[in-house]
Amino acid sequence: MPITGPRVIHTGDYEQLRAIINWDRARQELGYVEGEPLNIGYICVDRNVELGRGDRLALVHEGHGGEIRQFTYRDLMLLTNGWAHFLRGLGVRPLDRVCLFLDRHPELYIGFMGVVKTGAIAEPLYSAFGEDALYARTSDSGAMAIITGRHHLGKVRRIREKLPALQFVVVVDHEEEGRPLREGEVAYRMMDHRRETFPIAKTYAESPSVLHYTSGTTGAPKGAMHVHSSIFAQYLTTKVVLDLQEDDIYWCTADPGWVTGTSYGIIGPWSVGVTQVVLNAGFASDRWYETIEKHRVTVWYTAPTAIRMLMKDGLDPVRRHDLSSLRHMCSVGEPLNPEAVRWGREAFGLDFHDTFWQTETGAIMVTNLPGMPVKPGSMGRPFPALDAAIVDEKTGVPITEPGKIGLIAIRPPWPSMMRTYWNNSATYYKKFLNGWYICGDRASLDNEGYFWFSGRDDDVINTAGHLVGPFEIESALLEHPAVAESAAVGKPDPVNMEVVKAFVALRPGFTPGQDLELDIMNFVRRKLSPLAMPQEIEFVDKVPKTRSGKILRRVLKAKERGEAIGDVSTMDDN
Amino acid sequence: MKDVILEYIKNEYLDEEEAEDMRLDENTPLISSGIVDSFSMVSLKRFLEKKYNISLPDEEATPQAFDTVNDIIALVNKHRKGA
Repeated sequence: MPITGPRVIHTGDYEQLRAIINWDRARQELGYVEGEPLNIGYICVDRNVELGRGDRLALVHEGHGGEIRQFTYRDLMLLTNGWAHFLRGLGVRPLDRVCLFLDRHPELYIGFMGVVKTGAIAEPLYSAFGEDALYARTSDSGAMAIITGRHHLGKVRRIREKLPALQFVVVVDHEEEGRPLREGEVAYRMMDHRRETFPIAKTYAESPSVLHYTSGTTGAPKGAMHVHSSIFAQYLTTKVVLDLQEDDIYWCTADPGWVTGTSYGIIGPWSVGVTQVVLNAGFASDRWYETIEKHRVTVWYTAPTAIRMLMKDGLDPVRRHDLSSLRHMCSVGEPLNPEAVRWGREAFGLDFHDTFWQTETGAIMVTNLPGMPVKPGSMGRPFPALDAAIVDEKTGVPITEPGKIGLIAIRPPWPSMMRTYWNNSATYYKKFLNGWYICGDRASLDNEGYFWFSGRDDDVINTAGHLVGPFEIESALLEHPAVAESAAVGKPDPVNMEVVKAFVALRPGFTPGQDLELDIMNFVRRKLSPLAMPQEIEFVDKVPKTRSGKILRRVLKAKERGEAIGDVSTMDDN
Repeated sequence: MKDVILEYIKNEYLDEEEAEDMRLDENTPLISSGIVDSFSMVSLKRFLEKKYNISLPDEEATPQAFDTVNDIIALVNKHRKGA
């Protein structure tokens, strides 16, 4: 039985791919009929069972202690139906926001599909978020339910009273003999609830499906709203870029609290009906190689930071394992440096294929494609079903001159494009210029049409492939009793690309020192997340600002990078 | 040293309610279980350096070296002796 639709043969001819790869192909292969209902939960779960894949493993889950749980597509169908019945029984209705605030347990992956089957909007959130970060996102979305585990219940409880829309907190691992749940908290043991059927909500192509929060330079995090038709882009890119085939065992190392972990850690692989592996354990080189070896992983989608951490541990751990099952490797989150590509070749005999996209685009936009030469350090070329360009930052006119830097732009529409920012359509409309969607990254083209990343066009910090907003960090810093002024910037880092560095001016009566530095670091970590924690704090007399009071982060960034500071005529020097 | 480090981890990296539920001892996996992630390791390393007046080289502050309190004690002792 062929995988959904015929296999795409990669001949290395980009123009040929452009002729045969288009969104209509995805619609057709997924059996979509224009105007008819469309639901991601149906496509990824029930449809696979209907196509005869019920006995195929959908999820192989390994916990940190090595325990393995396996789920077939039929298990997925019964369990997602169980989730959907349960949520509907709680009063969840289409368009309600249901937040999944869970570690990488099967309940997260399967619960996600249960949520979208009800027609509600799934809002996956990174479980290491502290209570302030959780509050900012769930208060903006107006989440009516949060699905979580005991590990994170304390954070939810501390903000609960400030969330008037929140009606239920679902706890997936409550034990009868454990401490009692409180009012409004409901225990749900997924494995006890298998249901043969569920009337999947009649959602349509443009019905909202997923809300993913992302950070910007200013203001609170923004919720990029996606719709059910995003699956056409996630399906086609999974098939063409990740090259998933009939018998592949696929491992995406991203957490579904971030968009890669949802688009390519849940929706993509299940839309093509393959087996995916999830490892719910912290990073360790040997453990990662063991995972590939033990589960015979064939396609691996990971991140530059992880690759650089593997590089640090050298080739010996690679040689200790049989990694011969691997046949294709991709990377996402930040630019993949040439050394990492070359190391990948030496270690695995394969190229890491860098891919570029973002929360707002919902799927891969610019990419190195299987079968085409990988130029180490390049982002690759536009996904063949869409038009991407480098445009002039003022006019939005495409730049064709090789080497000239401009902004990465995508021609809308495409299926997985965000439809708006939740509660913030004004910012959404600012993302367009001259008919192009502007990603916020700078790059240039070479004479063969490959994109080369140059840098962000804003102050957002990309740490280990995750975007962290400086405003959110600065706001958290200001809540510390010792902090009078603060600025946060990305400091170049050989492993994480950037780490957060904070500049802090203290209130009278406080003295800079190691104790205070550690206290401030932990303060931000608890409030926001470990990613947002400044890894370095520089105590300053004052933070550079314009005369109108705006923080001049570019001055601090330039200093950190050893670059020229540029025009400081607007700086307040009083 | 064991009690000091355990107490610090409990206070800093475990939620209050979580700490009550969890039995944490010197052999509990910290990194591989996700109690402490690679970013949080930076603040744990900073704490150890300050508390024991040592300097831990970045190349030795690996996930494996920080995976249990016993591992951490071995690393700290190595650098205390060398000081």
